[in-house]
Amino acid sequence: MLKTRIIPCLDVKEGRVVKGVNFVDLVDAGDPVEAAKAYDAAGADELCFLDINATHENRGTMYDLATRTAEQCFMPLTIGGGVRTPEDVRALLLAGADKVSFNSAAVANPDVVAKSAERFGSQCIVVAIDAKTVSPGKWEIFTHGGRKPTGIDAVEFARTVVAKGAGEILLTSMDRDGTRAGFNLPLTRAISDAVHVPVIASGGVGTLDHLVEGVTEGGASAVLAASIFHFGDFTIREAKEHMAAAGIPVRLN
Amino acid sequence: MSLTVVVDYESGNLHSAEKAFQRMAAETGAGEVIISGRPEDVARADRIVLPGDGAYPACKAALEGHSGLQEAIEEAVQVRGRPFMGICIGMQMMASVGREYRDTPGFDWIAGEVVPIVPDDPALKVPHMGWNDLIVTGSHPVLEGIETGDHAYFVHSYQVVVRDPAERLAYAEYGGEVTAIIGRDTMIGTQFHPEKSQHAGLRMIANFLTWAP
Repeated sequence: MLKTRIIPCLDVKEGRVVKGVNFVDLVDAGDPVEAAKAYDAAGADELCFLDINATHENRGTMYDLATRTAEQCFMPLTIGGGVRTPEDVRALLLAGADKVSFNSAAVANPDVVAKSAERFGSQCIVVAIDAKTVSPGKWEIFTHGGRKPTGIDAVEFARTVVAKGAGEILLTSMDRDGTRAGFNLPLTRAISDAVHVPVIASGGVGTLDHLVEGVTEGGASAVLAASIFHFGDFTIREAKEHMAAAGIPVRLN
Repeated sequence: MSLTVVVDYESGNLHSAEKAFQRMAAETGAGEVIISGRPEDVARADRIVLPGDGAYPACKAALEGHSGLQEAIEEAVQVRGRPFMGICIGMQMMASVGREYRDTPGFDWIAGEVVPIVPDDPALKVPHMGWNDLIVTGSHPVLEGIETGDHAYFVHSYQVVVRDPAERLAYAEYGGEVTAIIGRDTMIGTQFHPEKSQHAGLRMIANFLTWAP
């Protein structure tokens, strides 16, 4: 049976983990590769690196990071942040990423998703959707870290990018991100029901029950969290055992 | 010294495959692992790994676009019996025909076709993406130590359906049976990514690198 994935996400700025990872005694808590190795050993199902300050000048740092991670972690790695063209996708895949995530570039031009999926396959093309509630049951895409409204309906946009070839949706609720109040479940459910590809729920996890709800109520195929793992509130193992106890299939061995 | 060539035809994530094979080669003393798209390197290889990601026709076209490469692989595997491991689309190309987008002939080493995954539960998403447990039904030297219940990382929308059930060595449950491993003689193919599958994957890679049929 396919297992529900738990994905820790590391925000990376100029090659360093923002805020650091404090759940184990790392030699260098700010080194993403150290953190990746620790999560690999802890039983995370995938890893996600998000370059939050992606500029043309510091792309090299991210390629180097992908390479060093692939040398030491034998698990799937998704990289996002500042990805604009199929050439960016190719460079990240060659460096060692397994999946590459589009965000603003896909909003500006969904055809970049189609061009990338045709060349590299849907399986490695993720589209990150940042959505905010604008009225009950209505969600809008925001870009630029949630600052810029686009007027685009999130559910419609999800359908569009999947039709263009996106193999997975990374859905972040901008209302919930950083609040620890739990996923936006109606949003997660609406997107999950609208597309046939896996949806990763993100934004707002504060407790292990939130992870369970993302799957049982939100219909997510995977759950992504950052601070509850980085700060050592819960281990990956505790999260998985909690989900298993709620009847969700997880990978424990 | 033994030489393993990971075939580079500009498809897929070669780096992680290269690193996983190199790491296990170092651990098992299995010689050198290189990435190459040169037919002469394939011709002198003791073992061949064919990875691949993306659409079947694009992968096949990319392979054929490298002059002499496919011929060198077929010669090494079919005439000289060099151990071969296909991964993902590299495994799918071992079959007779791929049905993705249009019919594309494969190597036809394992009789069968590559068809879309259609889970019997419509709520199950495609691609089949993530960790699934293997149900091992056949035996092969590369599968030593691999048991039913071991997890492997899958990401695919198509699967190989073999004509001879004996050539399917393992499957996974996903709204029906999804082929996970095929093989015969000196060939093996995995639909999942052993280089991304932690313990079970690294074990299979080590088995492959030390296999001397």
